[in-house]
Amino acid sequence: MEGMSLWPVVFYLLAAIAIVGAGGVAFSRNIIYSALSLMVSFLGVAGLYVMLNADFVAGVQVLIYVGGVLVLTLFAVMLTAQIQEVEVSNRSVGRIPALVIVAGTFAVLWGAFRAASWREAPMELADSSTYEVGNALLTTYILPFELASIVLLSVLVGAVVLSRKELSEERGAGGDA
Amino acid sequence: MLAEVGLHHFLFVGLALFCAGMFCVLTRRNAIGVLMGVELILNAANVNYIAFSRYSAGGYDGQVFSIFVIMLAAAEAAIGLAIVLAIYRRFHSIDVSDMQQLHW
Repeated sequence: MEGMSLWPVVFYLLAAIAIVGAGGVAFSRNIIYSALSLMVSFLGVAGLYVMLNADFVAGVQVLIYVGGVLVLTLFAVMLTAQIQEVEVSNRSVGRIPALVIVAGTFAVLWGAFRAASWREAPMELADSSTYEVGNALLTTYILPFELASIVLLSVLVGAVVLSRKELSEERGAGGDA
Repeated sequence: MLAEVGLHHFLFVGLALFCAGMFCVLTRRNAIGVLMGVELILNAANVNYIAFSRYSAGGYDGQVFSIFVIMLAAAEAAIGLAIVLAIYRRFHSIDVSDMQQLHW
């Protein structure tokens, strides 16, 4: 089993990619760099999903996050033309208080993780997670699955309604526009 | 140090992603930056879901839930960015501390 010795190395590499990307999102001054760091972080997380025997979710992660959400974010950054943030920190919460809050949260949660006694039981691994996930989606989780389609349809309509140009006043005023 | 990779390692990655996302949400003034922080937090939740799914006998439920989380994150990003664009057209700014009116 010489492949097993490579396992931790791959894990630490992917975890480092994910965490460094997340740090770039949090600390970068330029919002474009933040968006690109977000992509790096998403790709690292997708690699971790593959390590956790979730290959279908990893594919979905790459398709939807990297292909969809990130492109949307970059378009929004370009359309709003505020690429440089002069003042990064908030008026209400500055960087130092935020760092203190986040460090406190980290300490509490990590302590809880260490203190809890997780009862681990190895998962029965199937050949492909796609088969199992698809089966679960269409049997046990059929109702949430159908609800998801309704949510996505309303999101589609809502996003179009929110982001369209408002023409109704101009049309009512004269109609020559 | 390169010991066996277990549940705690993945939980640590999830926790680090969550903390980075929370820092982003707390400090950003750019509304798009805040949304990116929210995406990071949702990703952290997904890492935990899939890690717990892998290290427990619960089968594939965690992976199914993470797919629903990804779906909702995509919906949130689409609606959130549409709202940001609408706000930008009104105020010509997406600084979250400038948005203090609910009605104009």
